[in-house]
Amino acid sequence: MNQTDLSRLRDGERARVTGIAGAGDMGRRLRDMGLVRGTQVECLLHSPFGDPAAYRIRGAVVALRREDSRRVQAVLL
Amino acid sequence: MGLTRGSTGLAALDGGLFLQRLTDDERVFALAGNPNVGKSTVFNALTNLNQHTGNWPGKTVATAQGRCVRHGESILFVDLPGTYSLLAHSAEEEAARDFLCFGGGDGAVVVCDATCLERNLNLVLQVLEITPRTVVCVNLLDEAAKKGIHVDLEGLEKSLGVPVVGTSARSGRGLEELLCRLREVASGGGPGKPLGVVYPQVVEDGISLLLPALREVVGPRLNHRWLALRLLEGNESLSRSLRSFLGEDITRRPAVGEALAAAKDLLAQAGWGPGELEEALVEAIVATAESVASGTVCIPAGTGERDRKLDRLFTSKRTGIPAMLLLLALVFWLTIAGANYPSQLLSAGLFRLGDLLAGGLQSLGCPGWILSPLMDGAYRVLAWVVAVMLPPMAIFFPLFTLLEDFGYLPRVAFNLDRCFQRAHACGKQALTMAMGFGCNAAGIVGCRIIDSPRERLIAVLTNSFVPCNGRFPTLTLLITVFFLGGGEGFWPSVLSALGLTGVILLGVGATLLASRLLSATILRGMPSAFALELPPYRRPQIGKVLVRSILDRTLFVLGRAAAVAAPAGLLIWVMANVTIGDATLLHHCAAFLDPFARLLGMDGVILLAFLLGFPANEIVIPIIIMAYLSAGTITEMESTAQLHALFAANGWTWATAGSVILFSLFHWPCSTTCLTIRKETGSWRWTAVSILLPTAVGMTACFLFTGAVRLLGLA
Repeated sequence: MNQTDLSRLRDGERARVTGIAGAGDMGRRLRDMGLVRGTQVECLLHSPFGDPAAYRIRGAVVALRREDSRRVQAVLL
Repeated sequence: MGLTRGSTGLAALDGGLFLQRLTDDERVFALAGNPNVGKSTVFNALTNLNQHTGNWPGKTVATAQGRCVRHGESILFVDLPGTYSLLAHSAEEEAARDFLCFGGGDGAVVVCDATCLERNLNLVLQVLEITPRTVVCVNLLDEAAKKGIHVDLEGLEKSLGVPVVGTSARSGRGLEELLCRLREVASGGGPGKPLGVVYPQVVEDGISLLLPALREVVGPRLNHRWLALRLLEGNESLSRSLRSFLGEDITRRPAVGEALAAAKDLLAQAGWGPGELEEALVEAIVATAESVASGTVCIPAGTGERDRKLDRLFTSKRTGIPAMLLLLALVFWLTIAGANYPSQLLSAGLFRLGDLLAGGLQSLGCPGWILSPLMDGAYRVLAWVVAVMLPPMAIFFPLFTLLEDFGYLPRVAFNLDRCFQRAHACGKQALTMAMGFGCNAAGIVGCRIIDSPRERLIAVLTNSFVPCNGRFPTLTLLITVFFLGGGEGFWPSVLSALGLTGVILLGVGATLLASRLLSATILRGMPSAFALELPPYRRPQIGKVLVRSILDRTLFVLGRAAAVAAPAGLLIWVMANVTIGDATLLHHCAAFLDPFARLLGMDGVILLAFLLGFPANEIVIPIIIMAYLSAGTITEMESTAQLHALFAANGWTWATAGSVILFSLFHWPCSTTCLTIRKETGSWRWTAVSILLPTAVGMTACFLFTGAVRLLGLA
């Protein structure tokens, strides 16, 4: 198992979410976007300053800041 | 950016939501949907109400309502704010949920994006929990077809148990069927039992404990299963709405209170805290959506490749920022170069018309004391505002709307987010700043897309740091006249555009600095989590964009400016012609302000013009010119050379122009913007901060600039 978190994905890499650390606002917002345990996520690209990065989540493209994406644990696919 | 009659100016101060039914039996349907699924397009197509639609998340921030009359029957539609869920974590979600639950409508239409149906189904399932009288509208079928995505509408209808209609609202396809199915639902028909989400056993047991008590206490007013779930969650904002809807706190009723306590015990015994419950509820919904989508949506591999290629151009490390600056400069260049000639024509035409009018009035025996203030005062400033404002606006607004329709603006937010993060602000602030280019009042209303109250306030307070359309002509004019020698042709217009781009960047930089300053002082805090959706690129509808932006935005904003310009022209004429003691009123006022204005590198007349320009920034330069003219003899103001001569005769140097540019960029927001800030923040204190902050920045900038120029002996 290749344990990682979303912030460490490179462009083009895919991962499956295993958990979201720290509930509250961020967890909610991510869940509203359909990001829950078991969701497959693909890192599409990083912005010019390297942060945030865009991820494909359930067919939609969503930009997340590193500060937030590093709380999403995942296994590399 | 939503600059319409409904979103700019005073109309931005929307009131609450009142249902205005024509007759008692008129049907009312709410339009719900994720942000950016073409919900407003569906709404417009149904109601023919010209409400602008934008291509970025969270565009509809206020609820609109419109009426659709077909076959002698009328249906009232309420356009709810775009939301991802109804679990109410933001003001929009709360508003949408409250209307669906307590709004007294006959049902709901959930508009979905066919290109991203699975995520949209989360909201569908949540709406179905509240009201079974729902029609699912799968919109953007044309976009989906282009991407090779196939949606099995019949299969979806079978799975969801409510009517499903496929539409392409931009071309009007499918809307008749939508109306047809709505009538069916309103009259109690429908395919069957709506699909319900099945939650983990312990939650279901908790619900079962609550149901009998809720049935007894609430009656048929609300969906009991839904209410039970929300009570288990202990949703704060809902209990407030619920109390006012039911007129009592139902958890105080012994039956409900006991059942709720028992259900919560059950959850606690199973080791479920509020966090686990919340997570489990969403996971169940998402899982249901996933299973429905997997059976009905077919997405070929490689979908979205074109968008990724465009994203690599517009947002990658190497090309993202240059592409953004180039686009910005290109928009300004097209505006400046394109507006030059029509402006001259308009100016010449309007002044000739003025002469004719004056001649006509004179021959009709109109006395001089009426003629002069009317023509030399009101008409001249009005003509100036129209000649200077109309052409750039008629070019800028459509160009900007094209970029917006294309889906480019969220990419700007994506590119710049890192800067906003460092300023401890929200990346979506870039979107509200983009709105501010059109109209700061609209930008401030747009700040509702920012969830965190602290970050929203920062965006509101700093919005006027980006120049609105009313200030562009001032900036371009001064750049052209003083820094480019007033030349015409290709290269000077390119340089003007670059100059304007530079000034805008200065505004953006000041926004970031001011945001950081606020974050470190009165609005202390760390940046909150945020997720920005990057919607698919869409081909802009050029024809519609042209019509909409010219008719709706340009003429409206111009009308507002003109309405202020004429009285201001009259006032300035009166001030220039009423003599008190040995000088005119204008002279007295200007002389009073002069010492202070000199410190800022300007003169009393300029500062007075900024003060008089409080109702609309558009009139600042016309007032300055009027005031100077009232003392001189030059009357023709057609060429930049003449303008330069007029300004120079009144003591202007390039340093004066620099100060005026700085002050135009950073000073108090216009009156409409101030009122909007008052409305949005609900506080005069914050309104005062929003006036003082840019003013202080502007005065400091002007003072330092002037000081430096004098010290170095540059002017």
